[in-house]
Amino acid sequence: MQISLNTHDGVPIYLQVVNQVKYLIASGRLEAGDELPAIRVLAEQLLVNPNTIARAYRELESLGLVEKRRTAGTFVSSEESPIARKERMKILTQRIDQLLAEATQMSVSLDDLVKLVRQRDVAFRGIKK
Amino acid sequence: MAETLAQQLVIDVRGLCRKFGNKLALDDLNLVVPRGGVFGLIGGNGAGKTTLLKHILGLHFAQTGSVRVFGLDPVQDPVGVLGRVGYMSENRDLPNWMRVGDLMRYTQAFYPNWDEAYADDLRKMFELDAKVRIKQLSRGQRARACLLVALAHRPELLVLDEPSSGLDPVVRRDILGAVIRTIADEGRTVLFSSHLLDEVERVADRIAIVHQGKIQLTGEMDSIKESYRKVTLRFDTVIQHAPDLLGAVCKTGSGREWTYVCFGPRAQLIQSAESLGGRVIDESGLTLDDIFVANITSH
Repeated sequence: MQISLNTHDGVPIYLQVVNQVKYLIASGRLEAGDELPAIRVLAEQLLVNPNTIARAYRELESLGLVEKRRTAGTFVSSEESPIARKERMKILTQRIDQLLAEATQMSVSLDDLVKLVRQRDVAFRGIKK
Repeated sequence: MAETLAQQLVIDVRGLCRKFGNKLALDDLNLVVPRGGVFGLIGGNGAGKTTLLKHILGLHFAQTGSVRVFGLDPVQDPVGVLGRVGYMSENRDLPNWMRVGDLMRYTQAFYPNWDEAYADDLRKMFELDAKVRIKQLSRGQRARACLLVALAHRPELLVLDEPSSGLDPVVRRDILGAVIRTIADEGRTVLFSSHLLDEVERVADRIAIVHQGKIQLTGEMDSIKESYRKVTLRFDTVIQHAPDLLGAVCKTGSGREWTYVCFGPRAQLIQSAESLGGRVIDESGLTLDDIFVANITSH
């Protein structure tokens, strides 16, 4: 599992791990049933406090993206993520607001922005195959 | 009740003052370090970090105030305290004339809990030759030898004074890896001082900022980080001196855009920004570096 951290933009480390695992799952690089590294192993690999990794895994678990199997480890969930649709829309709304704010600031029109989103979607599916 | 609390605190420093000649090195300093986890001590040169660590190890006696480690006075009871502590000094003092193997046997004599097999594993992992004299070790190998003798008796408290300073990234990885493995054993505590704040940010659960012999700020890393935000406001007109935002610790910028470092709840911040006629165009968390600078410059 490839995760790279940086401590220069103020995003908490546990959140960087959560976001990158989300991305790895969404892009298909982590598949349902794949095992995540043990907390200690990932902590030593990334050189971060094990509590930080534990917090990230708890967060991913509460989002339903991974599940803990007793004594066996942490695995990518096999079912469709049970995060309520409302919750997912809420997360996306925040992201879109940020995007709109930046587009407005850079004088990019809504039509151009939508066009760009479509282009990126094609590129994204290319990675996922 | 009070006793159980004392047992949970590995270190309890109260009202500690220390003068060297006319210079006040520690000024009524209070610090508590709970059991378990990694505690990062940060501060500029001459802030008092090393002096504080030396009091904790019983190398200095408290002129005023008190120092307790595991509930004991490290000056009165050095055997009771130091037998449970591993220490790596800033200068990495080791007897130059000894060979690495001699150093291991010599240090072992002081610690009933010395784990011979673990010591040998560490020696192999750190690629240290038992037959080489300490004088001939490179700076990085010397740091590894220091770390080996600090770790091999599996101390309850590991104290590292600027462990990474002047070392290449490979040796720094060894040191951080050792810190992480140490606390992965339940109930062990690491206290380390560092200038490299991105390292502290990665491994510490709790931090204290030392400034002019006092603790400026201490607490859990996550809650400290969550209580600060950096926001950039855009105003409709060019302004010479940006207005003060509620909770702002410092501000920088020019023209229409000004960036504030703020402390306090987000809602209050946004409301204050709007009442000043500023629009929030960027908002982010702070790095430990930003928090450190904001705390030192605002005092």
